[in-house]
Amino acid sequence: MRVAARLPGGLALALVLALALGSLAAVLARSEGLGRVTPADWAAVRFTLLQASLSAVLSTVLAVPVARALARRRFAGRGLMIAALGAPFILPVIVAVMGILSIFGRAGALNAALAALGLPELRVYGLQGILIAHLFLNLPLAVRMILNGWAAIPPERFRLAASLDLGPRDLWRLIEYPMLCATLPGAALAIFLVCLTSFTVILMMGGGPAATTLELAIYQAFRMEFDLGHAASLAALQMALSLAVALVSLMAFNPTAFGAGTGRRADAPPHAGRLALWLDVFWLCACGLFLALPLLTVLLAGLPFLPGLGASLWMAAGRSVLVALSATVLALALSLSIALLVTALPRAAGRVIDGLAMLALTTSPLVLGTGLFLILRPHLDPVAFALPIAALVNATMAMPFCLRILMPELTTLRTDYGRLSESLGLQGLTALRLVILPRLRRSMAFAGGLSAALAAGDLGAVALFADPQYPTLPMQVYALAGAYRSNAAAGASVLLMGLSFFLFRAIDQMGHRDADA
Amino acid sequence: MLTLEDLSIRQTDFHLCANLSVPTGSLTAVVGPSGAGKSTLLSAIAGFVAPTTGRILWQGQDLAPLPPGQRPLSILFQDQNLFPHLTVAQNLGLGLRPDLRLGPADQARVSAAIGRVDLTGLEARKPGTLSGGEQSRVALARALLRARPLLLLDEPFAALGPALKKEMLDLVRDIARENGTTVLMVSHDPDDALRIADLTILVAEGRAEPPVPTRSLFAAPPPALAAYLGN
Repeated sequence: MRVAARLPGGLALALVLALALGSLAAVLARSEGLGRVTPADWAAVRFTLLQASLSAVLSTVLAVPVARALARRRFAGRGLMIAALGAPFILPVIVAVMGILSIFGRAGALNAALAALGLPELRVYGLQGILIAHLFLNLPLAVRMILNGWAAIPPERFRLAASLDLGPRDLWRLIEYPMLCATLPGAALAIFLVCLTSFTVILMMGGGPAATTLELAIYQAFRMEFDLGHAASLAALQMALSLAVALVSLMAFNPTAFGAGTGRRADAPPHAGRLALWLDVFWLCACGLFLALPLLTVLLAGLPFLPGLGASLWMAAGRSVLVALSATVLALALSLSIALLVTALPRAAGRVIDGLAMLALTTSPLVLGTGLFLILRPHLDPVAFALPIAALVNATMAMPFCLRILMPELTTLRTDYGRLSESLGLQGLTALRLVILPRLRRSMAFAGGLSAALAAGDLGAVALFADPQYPTLPMQVYALAGAYRSNAAAGASVLLMGLSFFLFRAIDQMGHRDADA
Repeated sequence: MLTLEDLSIRQTDFHLCANLSVPTGSLTAVVGPSGAGKSTLLSAIAGFVAPTTGRILWQGQDLAPLPPGQRPLSILFQDQNLFPHLTVAQNLGLGLRPDLRLGPADQARVSAAIGRVDLTGLEARKPGTLSGGEQSRVALARALLRARPLLLLDEPFAALGPALKKEMLDLVRDIARENGTTVLMVSHDPDDALRIADLTILVAEGRAEPPVPTRSLFAAPPPALAAYLGN
C-alpha cells in the first residue's frame, strides 16, 4: 500500500527519539558529572542489578514446571487459567503490591498463620518483598512465553517420540530441553528489562540503604532532597545502565515476544507416571493460589468500602481516565505511524527503525520525567502540566508494546492486500480509512486496551512532579496506604483495579464488534 | 498494442527476457513450466516488478512512470482479489472510485456490473459468505467497472473446479469481446488456452516467445513446450 507512510512515521519516530534523547541531554547538562554520585548511589546500582537478575531468574525457573503442567494436562478451567495469566499485565502494579501486602505483609494472612503456630514473623520489606512482588507480576508472563514454546513443538514430534518408545528422560533431552534453551534466555531478558526500571514495587517494598534502586533514588533526590543536580546524575546513571543492557541484549539475542499464548493444541503431549501427575497438580495449585489469593484478598477487603469512597477519589479516577485515554490515542498514533514506516521500508532499514523505536522500552519513566521537567521548567510550570506530561510519558512507554502487536498484523496485511490495493490505486488516507484501519481494528483495539490499562494504573512519571491537589487514582491509593488509612486504601485499590480492567475490556471490545470478516 | 521492447528482468537466480507485442483486442494465453516467469512477466506489466532493462509500452506510451493503480490495466491475482471486510458492492465500488464516495450514477453502474455477472441480490454480502466461483465473478465485475483496456489474469480461477473454471473463462471471453478488452492470461493448463485464447505466448528457458496462434502452437509444439506437455 502506498500509504504516504514516511512522513507521519518519521514524525512519530522523531518525537519518540526527541523525547528520549532530549531528556537525556537535559539530564546530562544538568547533572554535575559523576562527582555527585555517592557510594550510596553505587550501592543502588548494584541493588538494581541484583534484584532485576534475581527476579528474572526466579520468574523463569519457577515458570518452567507450571508451563509444563499446563502444556501436558487437560482439565476444566485450563483455558480460563491461561487467559487469567494475561491479567497481571493490565493489573495496576500498586494494586498488586497491596494484594501481596495483604497476604505476606506484617498484618497479612501468612504472618497471622505463622504467629498462631508460634513461628517467627516473615519480613516482607526489602529484597524478599521486592522479589515476591516481581515474581507475582512476571511469573505469569514467563509461563505464557514458555507455554508458547511448548505449544510451538509440533504434535507430530511427540507422536514420533511415542512411536519410538522414548521415555520421559529422552523426551526431555531431545525435545523439551532444546526448546527451553531457545525460550528461557529471551524470557529472562524481557523480565530483567522490566524489573530494571521497576518503580512502584520498590517504592512500596524497598527503601533504606539496603534496598534502594536507581529509580527510587531518582525519586528521592527529586522529591525529598529537592536536589535536581543529584537527580540528574542518577538519571544519567540509569540511562547508561539501560543502554548498556539494551546493547548487550541486542547483540546477544532477541527478547522473546510478549507471548499472546493461545493455549490451543490438537492433543496433549504424553505424560508418564503418578508422581509426574501429582507434581503437576502441585505446581498448578501453587501457582494458582500464589496469583489468585492476593487479588481475592484485595477485592474482599476493598469491596465493602467502595460505596463509601469520597468525591475526591472519584475525581481522581476521572483524571486517571483522562490520562489513560490521551495516552492511548497518542500511543496508537505513534505505533501505527512507525509500523507503517517500518513495513514500507526495505527489510534492513525497517529493522533499524524498529530497533530505534524499541529503545523506548529501555528508557525509564523517571528519567523521561526528570528530563521533561528540566526542559519545561524555564518556560512553564511543569507541575501545572503534570497530567499531560504523564499521558505523554505513558504513551511513550506503551508504544513499544503496541508496535509489537501491530507489526505482524500490518506485515500480513501488506503481503495479502498490498498489491491489490496498489492495483486499485488505493492510497494515503483512503487506504488508511478503507483498508488499514478496518483490517487492523482488532489488534489496534487490543493494543489500545493494554495502553489504557497501563496508563491508568501507572504511578511512575506522575508521582515525580504531580500536584498533590490534583492526584490521579494510583497516587491516591499510595497516599492512603502511606497514611495507614487501610480501609479507604483497599476501597480505592478495588476502584483502580476495576477501572484498569474496565478500560482494557471496553477498548478491546471495540475491535470485536461487527467482526464478520 | 502491448509491446515489450527488449525487456529483461533479472532477480537472484532468475532471468527472463522478452521482445514481443500483443495486438489490441486479442485474447492471449501465457503458458510454460512453473518457475519460468509467467507471473513475473505479468507483475512487470502491472508495475509490481521493475524491469532491469527495456520498456513496456501500451499504444506507444511507456508505462514505466505510472504506478500500478494508474496503468491502463486491471489485474486479477491467484487469490486475495477482494477485501474480506468490505461488502460485494463496496469491493466493486473500489473499481470506480478508490475512496468509495459513489454518486447515484456510480451506484447504478455497480448494480449493472453485478447483474452482468449474475450476482444480483448479493450486493450487501461479504466475500467470506460467497462461494469461490461467486468471488471470482465479483473480482471480474470489478475489472469490468474499471474499464481499463488491458486485463491481466494471473491464474485467478486455478482453485475452481473444472466446470466452474470453464464457465469463468467463457465469461471472461464474452466480457472482453463486448468491451474490446485485450486479455493476457497466465495458465498452466493447455485446455484453458485452447478454450478461449486466439494467441499464446510460450515462456520457457528464460524467454517469453512472441505470440503465435494457439492451435498451431499446440498442434506442432516446439521442444520446450513438448517437454512441458510431456509428449
